[in-house]
Amino acid sequence: MTNELLNELTVFVLSIFVGIEVISKVPTILHTPLMSGTNAIHGIILVGAIVIAAGANSPVTIILGLVAVILATTNVVGGFVVTDRMLEMFKGRQTSKPAAPVPPK
Amino acid sequence: MTTVIALAYLLAAVCFILGLKQLSSPKSARNGNFTAAFGMVIALIATLPQLNFTTAGLIIIAIGVIIGGAVGAVGARMVKMTAIPQMVALFNGVGGGAAALVAVAELLRFGDHPPFAEAFPSVFSIVIGSISFAGSMVAFAKLQELMTGTPITYPGQQIVNGILAAAILGFVIAVLTVASIPFSFIALMVLALVLGVAFVLPIGGADMPVVISLLNAFTGLAVAASGFLLNNFALIVAGTLVGASGSLLTKMMSDAMGRSLANVLFGAFGKTRAGAVAAAGKEGRSVRSGTAEDLGTLLAYSQRVIIVPGYGLAVAQAQHAARELADVLEKRGVEVTYAIHPVAGRMPGHMNVLLAEANVPYEQLKEMDEVNDEFKNADVALIVGANDVVNPSARNAPGSPIYGMPILNADQAKNIVFMKRSMRPGFAGIDNDLMYDPKTIMFFGDAKDSLTKLVSAVKAA
Repeated sequence: MTNELLNELTVFVLSIFVGIEVISKVPTILHTPLMSGTNAIHGIILVGAIVIAAGANSPVTIILGLVAVILATTNVVGGFVVTDRMLEMFKGRQTSKPAAPVPPK
Repeated sequence: MTTVIALAYLLAAVCFILGLKQLSSPKSARNGNFTAAFGMVIALIATLPQLNFTTAGLIIIAIGVIIGGAVGAVGARMVKMTAIPQMVALFNGVGGGAAALVAVAELLRFGDHPPFAEAFPSVFSIVIGSISFAGSMVAFAKLQELMTGTPITYPGQQIVNGILAAAILGFVIAVLTVASIPFSFIALMVLALVLGVAFVLPIGGADMPVVISLLNAFTGLAVAASGFLLNNFALIVAGTLVGASGSLLTKMMSDAMGRSLANVLFGAFGKTRAGAVAAAGKEGRSVRSGTAEDLGTLLAYSQRVIIVPGYGLAVAQAQHAARELADVLEKRGVEVTYAIHPVAGRMPGHMNVLLAEANVPYEQLKEMDEVNDEFKNADVALIVGANDVVNPSARNAPGSPIYGMPILNADQAKNIVFMKRSMRPGFAGIDNDLMYDPKTIMFFGDAKDSLTKLVSAVKAA
């Protein structure tokens, strides 16, 4: 086993534990936004798509690269924007709380 | 230069972890999303300087980012809040597809005999990414109602799926050991796509959130595998984080429905047809239905009203009308609360988002555990477009597909007003005994129209 693979495995295993630990106390109301947020994070595959597209030099690699970049960018952009739209609602609720006792006109 | 890139990837990884942490608390959730997006930008910028672009490469990246960015941004901006779950499914699916394509492209580079350390992660990424892509598309079609939301089953389904899985496993072994046919992984990809479709078909629409969450974790793992393939730490960390947290989230979601993950995934619905038939056999029982005036009077002279909102309220865009009804009732001194089932709407937390959009005060929203004991003191349980989450057969009919799911005790209220478009069964495709309860008054019609009628009836009462 090469050193590089060993390093990668170490990072992989530790990331599993971090991933489980970091969301272990999420309340039910945040399940959907959290799913959507993690969905956006795996859009990091865009980095991989750009790496393979950068060296494209044959019809096959050009098509593969183009489609991969389109799909991955959709994942990243759509994922973060849709998560933000969900969470916008939560923010609105929090700011409306102190504003609740409006003096009667 | 490589040190700078490595440090930038490390910073991106920290951003993802902090972002996830912030996303699990309501106060910091929105910032968490920004933190994660910031990490993404860092990772992307750090990647560019280390690449040798061909002209074609530059052009396709530019075109791809423009198209993908436009589709993603417009899709996410335009989608109605009610359609959010299928949008998440779609964005997840394309991520899985991208992971599979990256692996195909990288494997092609190695020619006929890729070394095992490259072949293994690419095969993994191709199979899991393709399953995630195809499965997500079926989930999207079910939720968008492009196809039926009820489980699609046929005799021997588990066997067919088992054979598919075995065929994939055989191909994987062939690709890893013999690996002489360069395009053998195309066949692998096709098989995995078919399995993705076959795997989601028998799962009912009501269970889609759990499935999407699982496929989300799948995509994460496919991305991590691509990271091993490209020796890219950003991909490994981010993909693994999603794979691990997504798996835990999937388990939490099925727990919220009172079911095990295996029960959700493997034909629990298929096996219990008999229960559904038995319920259907009780057809012909009478239901009571009321007019807006009757119900308006009932509500206006109640002390405690609990509103049980469901997906029907969301599709009719009736959250504002519900708010209005609550307001006129409160003006008359009626105490109004909303009982939120963990899976109300189509995803956990979906209903909270929809009601927040209508500016319903946070204090009026009560979670199931909090509100369940209050039903017996309530004069009216007003069920708006909900069905399965108040179905008593979850409690007392062991044969029922939803048996064991925690439900709201709406049946304990003194009166039950059931607002519904028709007598059609809910998303789980089963009959609801509560509609035949002598305490229940049905009020048929579109949720928004009905609520508006009730508002004027309460005002007149």
